[in-house]
Amino acid sequence: MTAASVGETVLEVQDVSKRFAGVVALDGVSLGLRTGEVHALVGENGAGKSTLIKVLTGAYQPDHGRIVYRGEPVTFARPLDAQAAGISTIYQEVNLVPVLSVARNLFLGQEPTNRLGLIDFAQMHRHTTAILQRYGISVDVRRPLRELGLGMQQMVAIARAVSGDHRVVIMDEPTSSLEPREVERLLEVVDLLRRGGVAVVYVTHRLEEVFRLCDRVTVLRDGRLVHTGPVADISRLELVSRMLGREVAEVARGETRFSDRKTDQATQPILRATGLTRRHVLDHVSVEARAGEVVGLAGLLGSGRSETAKAIYGAQPLDSGSVEVEGAPIRPGSPRAAIAAGLALIPEDRKAEGIVPMLSVRDNIVLAALPRMSRAGFVSERHQDAVVKGLITRLRIKASSPDQKVSELSGGNQQKVLLARVLCLDPRILILDDPTRGIDVGAKAEIQMLISELAEQGMAILLISSELEEVVEGSDSIVVLRDGAVVGQLRAEEVSQDGVMGLIAAARRESDSLPASGGGIEGDATEVDGHVGD
Amino acid sequence: MTATTSDRDPTLHLIGDPGEATRAANRRERLARILQRGGAFIVLIVVTLLASLVFGTRFASIDNFLNILEASSFLGLVAVGMTFVIIGGGIDLSVGSLLALSAVLAAFGSQYGTVVAIALPLGVCGLIGLFNGVLIARARMAFFIVTLAALLFARGLAFAVSNEGNKIFHINEDLAVIWLGQGSVAGIRVPIIIAGIAFLVGWVVLTRTRYGMAVTAIGGNEDAARLMGVPIARVKTVIYLVSGLLAGLAGLLVAARSSSGQSTIGVGLELQAIAAVVIGGTLLTGGSGSIAGTLAGVLLLNVINNVINQVGTLNSYFQQVVSGVFLIIVVLVQRYLSREQRL
Repeated sequence: MTAASVGETVLEVQDVSKRFAGVVALDGVSLGLRTGEVHALVGENGAGKSTLIKVLTGAYQPDHGRIVYRGEPVTFARPLDAQAAGISTIYQEVNLVPVLSVARNLFLGQEPTNRLGLIDFAQMHRHTTAILQRYGISVDVRRPLRELGLGMQQMVAIARAVSGDHRVVIMDEPTSSLEPREVERLLEVVDLLRRGGVAVVYVTHRLEEVFRLCDRVTVLRDGRLVHTGPVADISRLELVSRMLGREVAEVARGETRFSDRKTDQATQPILRATGLTRRHVLDHVSVEARAGEVVGLAGLLGSGRSETAKAIYGAQPLDSGSVEVEGAPIRPGSPRAAIAAGLALIPEDRKAEGIVPMLSVRDNIVLAALPRMSRAGFVSERHQDAVVKGLITRLRIKASSPDQKVSELSGGNQQKVLLARVLCLDPRILILDDPTRGIDVGAKAEIQMLISELAEQGMAILLISSELEEVVEGSDSIVVLRDGAVVGQLRAEEVSQDGVMGLIAAARRESDSLPASGGGIEGDATEVDGHVGD
Repeated sequence: MTATTSDRDPTLHLIGDPGEATRAANRRERLARILQRGGAFIVLIVVTLLASLVFGTRFASIDNFLNILEASSFLGLVAVGMTFVIIGGGIDLSVGSLLALSAVLAAFGSQYGTVVAIALPLGVCGLIGLFNGVLIARARMAFFIVTLAALLFARGLAFAVSNEGNKIFHINEDLAVIWLGQGSVAGIRVPIIIAGIAFLVGWVVLTRTRYGMAVTAIGGNEDAARLMGVPIARVKTVIYLVSGLLAGLAGLLVAARSSSGQSTIGVGLELQAIAAVVIGGTLLTGGSGSIAGTLAGVLLLNVINNVINQVGTLNSYFQQVVSGVFLIIVVLVQRYLSREQRL
């Protein structure tokens, strides 16, 4: 599977430790990367993966230990140094400049110049087009990057990172925003790099990708290295148990958590959205949810899942349609009215729309609830503390104290803080847009469990996920969307992955836009494997 | 909606193919971008035509146009620097004071000859600009505070050198430095030519060099630019250094033009420069803008000024009123346009 150049160690981490504000992020981690290998780096959120990457790329300096690159100890003072040395990084969030053109983004800092030292745009555009075509992307490279979809932007970022002469390429969850087709392309690119003798560090939450693509795997947990070895020598279940630090039997049991929740179809729905329509976005979408019920919204990326959620919450302008809570219509286009009616939304992009990174965990939690917690404009500290502490325990938020800055928490814990914030408002209807995106297996299971608990307490929940499995496991009924319209609804026993995919695929054939086999819910490698791989 | 895509390469049509809705949005977006880029020019042409119709040759004469150009050249130099500063995501408040300081130092230095008259103001202003840049880029201080401090410092220094503004240094009319302000080449005054060169160089640097790309990238997303290996600190330092130097050059030209250096000139000039840049379509938040737009913005402000002088009955402060109204309109339109462009 790999080229002859395997074996030589190109980058070595030796006994590296790093702590932040008293919290140990890395604790004596040692790791060797060999040329021509794809090395998976896995672990729960807060395990130290991101910190390790940042140490490798010079964004952080280790408190202890050293990094040996090509046989010599090195210190990278900043990302530029690591890049110059041949270590390239693709970050989880697309880190490009949205206002610049695709070509400019690809070539920033290394633009081709003519004899006068001026940028040769014709050449730059030609090269960009050629490079992108290699990765199966055909776009007008003069367009600003932000006009492209998120997946495309990520592909441009990847093309940028791997187009130079690099010995080490670090990929931090490169597939988290890609569509199945793009994932395939990416895996091919990674394979190409491996054959070229590049050492690839592949950070992922998707076990499929580990087993399909990677040669060796390293597991981090709580800042410590708990396992490293060939992928072939470890089973899926073992790997999960190493990541979670639980016994194998325990993990296996945890998987069947969501199953028998009953909802009474006879009761009146607490939420009733009817005929939500917005030109080019939504086409007469209707959704109902009862108290204690989890309703899943399934569909491919761009099918109108998030738009439906936002429309119900009043954050998406509508041409027509109405939203009723317990029979009372709420004013359209007003999140304020939605909140007053008992609705709460956790948006998809928690970084941009949710948390305030510089504020503490406590402040982030009480932000939305302040008006309710204050009397005549004065905020009761004691009341606040009690609520915040209660939620931190209830949601098992891992923070050194309520005063820790949210930006210092892991992705999973940031998501929990968001959840805590909306729970402060005592919502009756909770809309979750991809609540486990970019979160590791352990935290994911916890959040899924929390959702289930909340429903049992009588909340109506609207659940969107980029992973079909999650929607199917967590929902009592599923509304399937395609191209902004409802193509079907599955209830109780009908809820299954095949059922949802059947609905999406049926709709697809009708419009003749994709071979049905390419279907698989966006972003989940499991689906790609099951339906394309064989 | 997706039927139109079937005639394309079947392996690629999923990736990179915008739906009809997105394409319509992109068309709107492109129009918005053209308006953003060329809006100031359109307004400039309309105002110029209207003024020509109303005032005839009193306004529309070669002489008057050259006057407008000359009046624009001092603000223009400063605005070129300011364009880079704003596209790079900052503001430079010190330029008005630097211009005054430069004028005073040029006049003061002229008693030691032309070389000193040129080198002293440029050296000092460059140094202050460099200092601004280092504090902002390396010490990561807020640009607002740093350049505000420089504003106070430079104005104070100008007053100190000129004995609290009581002493006005005069430049001997025989000195070569006078040519910079009063000479002309082929009938065109030197300040116009110098400002023209500055705009040309600025345009080339911004659109055709790595440095220009880096400035835009920093203003567009500084974190991303850092991760992409752009030397942020160096690029930013140079931005403020050049802004200081250009303000110094403008001050030198003002001194040469008036054969004297006064410490009271250039008050509020930084705000005029910001106004010209913003009217020219550069986003105050950075990452997007153009030198050509700034040129249009500068000319527009001076044409308005000129027109108000033609009217004669209006107080000259009325120019500021009109400029203010223009600025608000431009910013409102920009807000709308940026929303269209999803900036």
